[in-house]
Amino acid sequence: MIVEQIMKTNVTTLQPYNTIAEAAQLLKQQHIRHIPIVDDDNCLIGLVTDRDIRDASPSIFHVADRLEDLQKPVSTIMKTDVITGHPLDFVEEVAALFFEHRISCLPIVKDGKLIGIITETDLLHTLVQLTGAHQPSSQIEVKVPNLSGILSEVAAIFGKRNINISSVLVYPDQDEHYKILVFRIQTMNPIGIISDLKNAGYTVLWPSLPEVSS
Amino acid sequence: MKQDCVFVYSDDLQMYKFNDTHPFNQLRVTLTYDLLREINALKDEQIVPPRVATDEELELIHDRAYVEAVKAAGKKQLSEDVALNYGLGTEDTPIFPNMHEASALLVGATLTAVDYVLSGKAEHALSLGGGLHHGFRGKASGFCIYNDSAVAIKYMQKRYGLRVLYVDTDAHHGDGVQWAFYDDPNVCTFSIHETGRYLFPGTGNVTERGQGKGYGFSFNIPVDAFTEDESWLDAYTQAFREIADFFKPDIILTQNGADAHYYDPLTHLSVTMKTYREIPKIAHEIAHEYCSGRWVAVGGGGYDIWRVVPRAWALIWLQMTEQSNISGNLPKAWLDKWQPHSPVPLPLEWDDPKGLYPPIPRKAEIAEKNAKAVEKALYPIRSQRQNTKKSL
Repeated sequence: MIVEQIMKTNVTTLQPYNTIAEAAQLLKQQHIRHIPIVDDDNCLIGLVTDRDIRDASPSIFHVADRLEDLQKPVSTIMKTDVITGHPLDFVEEVAALFFEHRISCLPIVKDGKLIGIITETDLLHTLVQLTGAHQPSSQIEVKVPNLSGILSEVAAIFGKRNINISSVLVYPDQDEHYKILVFRIQTMNPIGIISDLKNAGYTVLWPSLPEVSS
Repeated sequence: MKQDCVFVYSDDLQMYKFNDTHPFNQLRVTLTYDLLREINALKDEQIVPPRVATDEELELIHDRAYVEAVKAAGKKQLSEDVALNYGLGTEDTPIFPNMHEASALLVGATLTAVDYVLSGKAEHALSLGGGLHHGFRGKASGFCIYNDSAVAIKYMQKRYGLRVLYVDTDAHHGDGVQWAFYDDPNVCTFSIHETGRYLFPGTGNVTERGQGKGYGFSFNIPVDAFTEDESWLDAYTQAFREIADFFKPDIILTQNGADAHYYDPLTHLSVTMKTYREIPKIAHEIAHEYCSGRWVAVGGGGYDIWRVVPRAWALIWLQMTEQSNISGNLPKAWLDKWQPHSPVPLPLEWDDPKGLYPPIPRKAEIAEKNAKAVEKALYPIRSQRQNTKKSL
């Protein structure tokens, strides 16, 4: 998956001459935490975050003090060394970037112009979509030997029952000789498929005792 | 003359049948009806036949194209590909002859119950054929084709302008109804269900609270597998009372899936008949406290149709009609009539025996985790109440 597939293209921006007060209001109104600052040609020149605004605002013990500061332009507080992304970047790279630089938003720039934005929230949302957890489904976990060809064998058992798989995740077991296959399947009645899997010799993780799976 | 309660029933509700091996089997409704008749708890004049929902009524919730697809499917006039796009012809919702007519009758049954209560002809009404809470606007899901409860809620809003509290005690999350009113502040949905960690449909997290104007009007309490009566009832009772007090509904619609029982093959909550005695009791109390008694109850899931559903559903009616002090043996005539058809020995008494299942380890931890879920779910209400107190 690439960035242009998940980025928001309707970006809330300000220009460098807008005031800090305007920026604060915008954050509040739109429930956002980042405002890219652009020039007349929509070229990205800076970024203002809720933290920058907070740094510029009076302490809660002096709410009425020096309010004139908030009338200064955002150019006085914006960060200009902004890390940006490209529409063709991989989504996985963006996740790594967030982690590495401890940032939570990435303006997407093409030909110097701002064309989109990705935030941590978007990334998390995408992850939820990838796991298939947003569609009605049952989750079945199968513990399998870590060998080639196993996934297709297991998937074939679902196919035989005419059960649609909405997503598959493969993650390592504590024992490196095994993997856990996580299937989200579109059925409310997984009893038949569970017994098929067991009959085929697989270990199905499914509630049998509290958090002790058989 | 005002009747206190009506029971919507006809043998035709059995037409909603996917096939002989499908876990969803409306014979449950007949078994319940028969049990109530056998103990003389259901009088002729209390029984009303269901009407059929009109297309216009179905389209209060469902897309016209979907309704047309269901009609065509029931006449074998829908190609497999197109059907699958509508969730029809899957393992969960296979196509069967006249499925539109059968499904529209279930919706009509629930609307009949609503009409009786809202025209003042009855205080409470029970429609056990309904409760198909997984049905979506344009898609069948989880054994449900049309969503009778969602249609009924929309109908109550449009026709009577009422604020409806929907309470769903099925072991599965009431997703179809929740999403239908997710942005509507005049419908409050409350679902308590087994966590979607494994169980269908996977949604129903505490954080699903509604959106836009409807934010704060969806409540979800996902409880852990192996929750058992005590912890389940704690969560249900607390949440139901506080939500009713917060929302102040005009009418309550309860969905009474009976699939959280230890015997149910699809779920893992391990409750017993004790829970099924309490569910309608609390609903009844709250309906009188907030809604001048207006209470419509529908059925729902329930896949041990022999040992669990008839007793659980009969108890709703017995509660409605204030005959719930029944206990002891089930009527012999009922047992004699149905035991030959049942693949399992029928229970002999209304209540489950002690030690129905072996003790479950980690009980205290599960109860603690569930209590946390309740706390999180009710947090917005509780903090709002605290704020009002402070400002007084």
